[in-house]
Amino acid sequence: MPAPSPVVELRDVSKVYQPTTRGGAEVVAIDGVSLTVDAGDVYGIIGYSGAGKSTLVRLINALERSTSGEILVNGQDIARLPERELRPVRLGIGMIFQQFNLLGSRTVAANVGYPLEVARLPRDRRRARVAEMLDFVGLSDKARAYPDQLSGGQKQRVGIARALATQPGILLADEATSALDPETTHEVLDLLGRVNKEFGVTIIVITHEMDVIQTLATKVAVMDQGRVIERGDVFDVFSNPQQPASARFVSTVVKGLPSAGELAVLRDRHPGRIVTLAFRDSSVDQARVFGEFAAAGITFEVVYGGINEIQGRSFGHLTLALTPGPNAGSAGEADAVVDAALDRVRTLTTVTEVR
Amino acid sequence: MDSLLALMPEFWKAAGETLYIVGFTLFFGGLGGLLVGLGLYLSRAGSILANRPVFLVLNLFVNIVRPIPFIIFLAAAQPLARMVVGTGIGNNAIIFTISLAASFAMGRIVEQNLLTVTPGVIEAARSVGAGPLRIIFTVLLPEALGPLILGYTFIFVALVDMSAVAGYVGGGGLGNFALQYGYRQFNPVVTWAAVLLIIVLVQLVQFLGNWLARKALRR
Repeated sequence: MPAPSPVVELRDVSKVYQPTTRGGAEVVAIDGVSLTVDAGDVYGIIGYSGAGKSTLVRLINALERSTSGEILVNGQDIARLPERELRPVRLGIGMIFQQFNLLGSRTVAANVGYPLEVARLPRDRRRARVAEMLDFVGLSDKARAYPDQLSGGQKQRVGIARALATQPGILLADEATSALDPETTHEVLDLLGRVNKEFGVTIIVITHEMDVIQTLATKVAVMDQGRVIERGDVFDVFSNPQQPASARFVSTVVKGLPSAGELAVLRDRHPGRIVTLAFRDSSVDQARVFGEFAAAGITFEVVYGGINEIQGRSFGHLTLALTPGPNAGSAGEADAVVDAALDRVRTLTTVTEVR
Repeated sequence: MDSLLALMPEFWKAAGETLYIVGFTLFFGGLGGLLVGLGLYLSRAGSILANRPVFLVLNLFVNIVRPIPFIIFLAAAQPLARMVVGTGIGNNAIIFTISLAASFAMGRIVEQNLLTVTPGVIEAARSVGAGPLRIIFTVLLPEALGPLILGYTFIFVALVDMSAVAGYVGGGGLGNFALQYGYRQFNPVVTWAAVLLIIVLVQLVQFLGNWLARKALRR
């Protein structure tokens, strides 16, 4: 299998804003970021507001110009390209926005046709392409409507149709679902998934919602203060985050270890021993783990945690309250039985005893 | 009342002259205002053609010209009118001077209307490869059309106001008529007749402007 070719490659890219007032400090928005996005990826970039992710995505289509470093789009360095020569580059990169940014003075069809006008496509081919795109996003009946007559989700679908009108190979999504309600968010994410699979479009998604990454992305980079602090396959980052900031994002969608407060509540209700077990698809056999407890006559209750699924692979943490069986005698004997069982479980997975 | 009836030919001639002056100044001043407004908008920091020196000079000019009371500006700009139009008096001279003053006043209004266009929409146009000229004609002006129409309606009233002093440089119009035949001859009925016609004229234009703006905004 040939190595996947990068469609976007950032090499040590920085963006520094000059101070706006005399004597003010310069602001380093992007601090030496290197990033490789391969063809067909859905690359998620997550970070809190101010982490620099919106600036980063705008460097890729040169809406913002970098201060230093190389930005390769399909192998061409666009970092120092003059504005006039950016036009063909931008025709190959679609972009959708949090606030949709549709032209209010134009109908839905004219919005979708706008990039084709810029690309100087003849009128009849433009019309055919617009019809095709509106059909793809399921808004053929809204062709003559104006944006202010549409719901948020419909507006974003028009945005997607517009972004893809010129058949770009790359789609940049800047917080594309952040202004939408949860249900509409999933409609739009499903549509983006189809864009990736049916058209083979490489998608770069900027978001602060881990949910978006979980549903859509194949790879993820976590940004903090202008730097990429962690990156990798979504499954790896979710199941085993290395950085505290990444772990915080993961914890917004995945219940891992109980927090101190939650633990106090659990302690109150379960006087026995409490352990947390890590499960990671293919490396841990759940049935065998639970079998060990059963064999030792230990009953248990799942009191916290959950199992998640990403790209067909499951992972998660389960916190169990253990109760030694009736045939264990004194408290000391019961503890020994539990310890022995836990020792056997430790050979299968990571066990954290919560005290 | 009789004297007003006797003055009817002069009255309608004056009304025609007001329309003549206001019509031409709306065209030239409107065009000038559009250019000044676009210049201010495009050159300001962060805009698509950001250029600090251009912005500072334009901004300074607008701020210098705008506060000058028009009747003083009229006198002060007379040599310039003589240079450009060939004469410093008459309706054509005042058309020049009003257009000049209106360009700066309207420029500020155009700038403010353009600023209501969401920057994101311009960013979206840039992201598909649109250049500055295309953005001006396909995004900026169409997106701001509704407010721009209201802005031009607003400046129309100011033009009628400025045209009223045309008499000072040998021009005509309803203002001159009201002063010459009404005020100076102690005949308030004549003055009121001119006032009434101006009110009707302004109402009509305001109505038209609102209607057009509503159409542009589809509300």
